[in-house]
Amino acid sequence: MPRSLAGDLTDPEMAQPYMKKDDDDSDIEYSPFFGIEKGAVLQEARAFHDPQLDARRCSQVITKLLYLINQGESFTKVEATEVFFAVTKLFQSNDAGLRRLVYLMIKELSPSSDEVFIVTSSLMKDMNSKTDMYRANAIRVLCRIIDGNLLTQIERYLKQAIVDKNPVVASAALVSGIHLLQANPEIVKRWSNEVQEAVQSRAALVQFHGLALLHQTRQNDRLAVSKLVSSLTRGSVRSPLAQCLLIRYTSQVIRESSNTQSGDRPFFDYLESCLRHKAEMVILEAARKITEMDVTSRELAPAITVLQLFLSSSKPVLRFAAVRTLNKVAITRPLAVTNCNVDLESLMSDQNRSIATLAITTLLKTGNESSVDRLMKQITSFMSDISDEFKIVVIEAIRSLCLKFPLKYRSMMIFLSNSLREEGGFEYKKAIVDSIVTLIGAIPDAKEIGLLHLCEFIEDCEFTYLSSQILHFLGNEGPRTSDPSRYIRYIYNRVILENPTVRASAVSTLAKFGALVDELKV
Amino acid sequence: VPSFTVESCPSVKNILLLDSEGKRVAVKYFSDDWPNNASRLTFEKSIFTKTLKTNARSEAEITLLDGYIIVYKFVQDLHFFVTAGDDENELIIANVLQGFADSVGLLLRGDVEKRTALENLDLILLCIDEIIDGGIILETDANTIAGKVATNAADGSVPFSEQTISQALATAREHFARSLLK
Repeated sequence: MPRSLAGDLTDPEMAQPYMKKDDDDSDIEYSPFFGIEKGAVLQEARAFHDPQLDARRCSQVITKLLYLINQGESFTKVEATEVFFAVTKLFQSNDAGLRRLVYLMIKELSPSSDEVFIVTSSLMKDMNSKTDMYRANAIRVLCRIIDGNLLTQIERYLKQAIVDKNPVVASAALVSGIHLLQANPEIVKRWSNEVQEAVQSRAALVQFHGLALLHQTRQNDRLAVSKLVSSLTRGSVRSPLAQCLLIRYTSQVIRESSNTQSGDRPFFDYLESCLRHKAEMVILEAARKITEMDVTSRELAPAITVLQLFLSSSKPVLRFAAVRTLNKVAITRPLAVTNCNVDLESLMSDQNRSIATLAITTLLKTGNESSVDRLMKQITSFMSDISDEFKIVVIEAIRSLCLKFPLKYRSMMIFLSNSLREEGGFEYKKAIVDSIVTLIGAIPDAKEIGLLHLCEFIEDCEFTYLSSQILHFLGNEGPRTSDPSRYIRYIYNRVILENPTVRASAVSTLAKFGALVDELKV
Repeated sequence: VPSFTVESCPSVKNILLLDSEGKRVAVKYFSDDWPNNASRLTFEKSIFTKTLKTNARSEAEITLLDGYIIVYKFVQDLHFFVTAGDDENELIIANVLQGFADSVGLLLRGDVEKRTALENLDLILLCIDEIIDGGIILETDANTIAGKVATNAADGSVPFSEQTISQALATAREHFARSLLK
């Protein structure tokens, strides 16, 4: 039942948003925001201008505004400006909870450069507050909204914040520095002394953030990065996140190093030692980086071993990460992965179908000629269990495998042909047809059987586009085979039985046959 | 062939908290890959649909979509998602998801369901704000995250390390009204 706004404004405790019929039926269930309406909330926000602020009430209104923004409600420029100005008034309140919501709101509203000035002095005051959380958050908000000029004004405070003994404050300043680096590199680079101090911090994440910022300021200087890596790999790294960063930078140094002799790689030893770290994210990062580098088989082996162990983890995320990495390795170095084949085969039945598909496609890359037939059998039962999206990935892997082992074309062609007969959408069927066409082009012996399979397919194909494409292809390839007449029946049937588009294709195909094949000329 | 891309800091593309029908409870995007609300809603619908039939309750699950990795978990009628680029370290993202789900659990005092989340939307939004800043990971430890939220909500003058989580949350509860309709 709608309530009038005028009556409710007199009693803020009773204020209700104007009830709006909601489109969505499931909002009938209780929701604190049921019936919320932008206009009403904007009206409520006018209360922010009151000289006597009710912190609790204002917090509620801000939360409603944040809800609206979160739900995708758009505010006109005028509305946004009005709200922003109203919100700035809330700095009058000393309520900590409200202040925190004000910070959030300012970030959401992204005030324009001519509006920002209203809050900068309040934020700068908070940046020097005795309250740690005010300092930390005011820094984050300020750095989000200021320009280069203002940045130079507050630079001094940011440098102090970076080495603040409260880690939350330090991290806030460091992360803000990373964001500011994009637009103001010269300014942020001046903070390198403080940032270096942060990198030595005992607080785990301060080191992480400091390291990220330091690296970014120096990333174009190979020597500087190399020195950074050098000192840290010998020093104390205090968090798995920082360790991961160090692994990344180390691999960068190794890659860029002009030193190509594999024996002379001290940083490589560091990477290898990370394979034995206690944090799984570090092990994964190191293993992955090693597999991405140009290493010997001996250097690669321990990374593969560790990934193989992850394949049998109870955690889907670990299994996924491992199989994805091995999948990539298998592209260039399939032999390195063959030890994992048994584990990969058991992953084919993994509940997580992404993992299962990755396992299969890895096997398709590592499989050797003798295992192809067995793989094809296993894949057949696997395919019925997965969606089109995954099936396409498998089809493409099979195509690659066939190109690798052209002598095995028969069993793979049969597989592809059977797949065409199964249920499936357009993209899936197209992928199969494309694969057959590719194989016909690459493997001369496969041509006749491939064309026959395509003919059988168009007898029952629901996709006009595919039928036409195939007929066109037949017209080009059929006449050049040893016995073109085999295909005539299939094509002729299409002339009679199909829709106009397909019939037209069929007719022109027959014409091609007629033109190119002497025996058929009547 | 290794490409000479410069190594970068781990980054998160979005954090989503959806209900059991895929509707938003609280979301935050940190990337221009989704420039407007329509594209975001499309993404949310895709990821929700793709993961709906999976069992992501006991262990965090993971999937690939449109070239992104998404680590996710379901708790009661809430679906938690964290998205990153497909070249990111999956375990780092899983860590972020864990921090997100567990800190929400702490802040809602174990009552992890949609209605409670909406009644405490302010805490959820503050929570997300304390985990990621502009795509960069700020914190992944649930106790620390919840502590940062609770301290803010309570009396910010006490350094957060000196407050136990339950103390801070109790004060926070006094401060914020449970029901926003009051």
